[in-house]
Amino acid sequence: MTATNPSAHSGNSRGGDGVITGVQVPALWFEDVAVGDDLPELVKEPDTRQLVMYAGASQDFVPIHYDQNIAQAAGHPTVIIHGALKSAWLAELVTGWIGPTGRLLELDVSYRGIDFPEGTMTCGGKVTETKVEHGVGLVELEIGLRNPEGMVTTPGRALVALPTKTVFS
Amino acid sequence: MTTPEKSESTVTTVINEELRSFIGVDSNPVTYEIERHAVERFACAVGDPNPLYTDEIAARKSAYGGLIAPPTFLRSLLPGAYPKPYPEPFAHILDGGSKYRFRVPVRVGDRITVTRKIVDLFEKQGRLGTMLFKISEISYVNQLGQAAATQTTTTITYGTGEKDPGVDGH
Repeated sequence: MTATNPSAHSGNSRGGDGVITGVQVPALWFEDVAVGDDLPELVKEPDTRQLVMYAGASQDFVPIHYDQNIAQAAGHPTVIIHGALKSAWLAELVTGWIGPTGRLLELDVSYRGIDFPEGTMTCGGKVTETKVEHGVGLVELEIGLRNPEGMVTTPGRALVALPTKTVFS
Repeated sequence: MTTPEKSESTVTTVINEELRSFIGVDSNPVTYEIERHAVERFACAVGDPNPLYTDEIAARKSAYGGLIAPPTFLRSLLPGAYPKPYPEPFAHILDGGSKYRFRVPVRVGDRITVTRKIVDLFEKQGRLGTMLFKISEISYVNQLGQAAATQTTTTITYGTGEKDPGVDGH
C-alpha cells in the first residue's frame, strides 16, 4: 500500500509509531483520463430506513422525508429523498473514482426532479475536460443521478485534481 | 409594502425592504468539533464505504494521514440564526441545489466554524405561484483559520398556510 517514492505526496507524516503515513500510490493518474471517459456507475437502492438514517446523520428533520401523511398531503405518493442525500451519492461517485490520492475541488448539484425511495437510483458521470494548471492535473466532470425511469433528476458537475506522472517520475 | 421595481408579469412581490436588509448579514457563528462517530454515522447513512471516513489505519496510511469527513458531511453542521429573525414570507420549502468549493480537507478532530449569509433574493412565477429564491453562502473555517470550504445553496419557498416545520430555520 505504501508508495516507493516518498516525495510523491507531501501529505502529513504523523508517524513515529511505525505506521508510514502521507505516501500512497495513486489509484488514478491524470494521464489515464481522457475526455469522453465514463465513470463507473454507482447504484443505490434507498429505502425509508436509509432516509431516516440520513435525516439523523445530517440533522435534516424536514418531515416530508419521513412522514408519509405530510408527503401525501403535499401531493406525493410517498416520502421523498433528501436532495442533499443525492448530492452525497454524487460525491461518493466522484471520490470513489478518483481514489484517496485525488481531490474533489468543486461539486455542483441541482435538484430538478423529486425522487422516491424503493427504486433504483443510478449515479453516472463523464469526463468533459482535462487540463494542467500550475502543475496540477484538473479534470472537469458532468455528473448526474437517474431515476428508475432513466431520467436525470439531479444533474451536476464536479472538478477534481489528480496526481500527474510528471511530478511522480 | 410596495416596491418601485416592476416587471411585466409580476403583480406582487414579497421582497420588501426588511427582507432585503438581510442580504450580506452574517448568521451567528457556530463552532462544531468534528467527531469520529458523527462522521461514521454520516458515511453509514449515505452508504459510502470509503475507508478514509471510518478505517483509522487505512486513513493513517493514506495521503491524508488520518480520518477525514465525506465532502457533504458539512451539510450536517447547521448554521446559526441571524442576529434578527429572518421574516420568511412563505410556508413551504424546496431545496434547489448546492455548490460546494472544497479547499482544505475536513479532518476528524477539527473544529469548524460555520457562518451563513444571504447573497441574493429573487422571485419567479411558476406552477406553485410566486416562489422566493434565496441564495445563501455558507462558509466553513477550521481551527487554524483556514477557509476549508463553502457551500452556496438555493432555497425555494412558496405558498401560504401552516408553515412546514423547519421552514424558518433555512
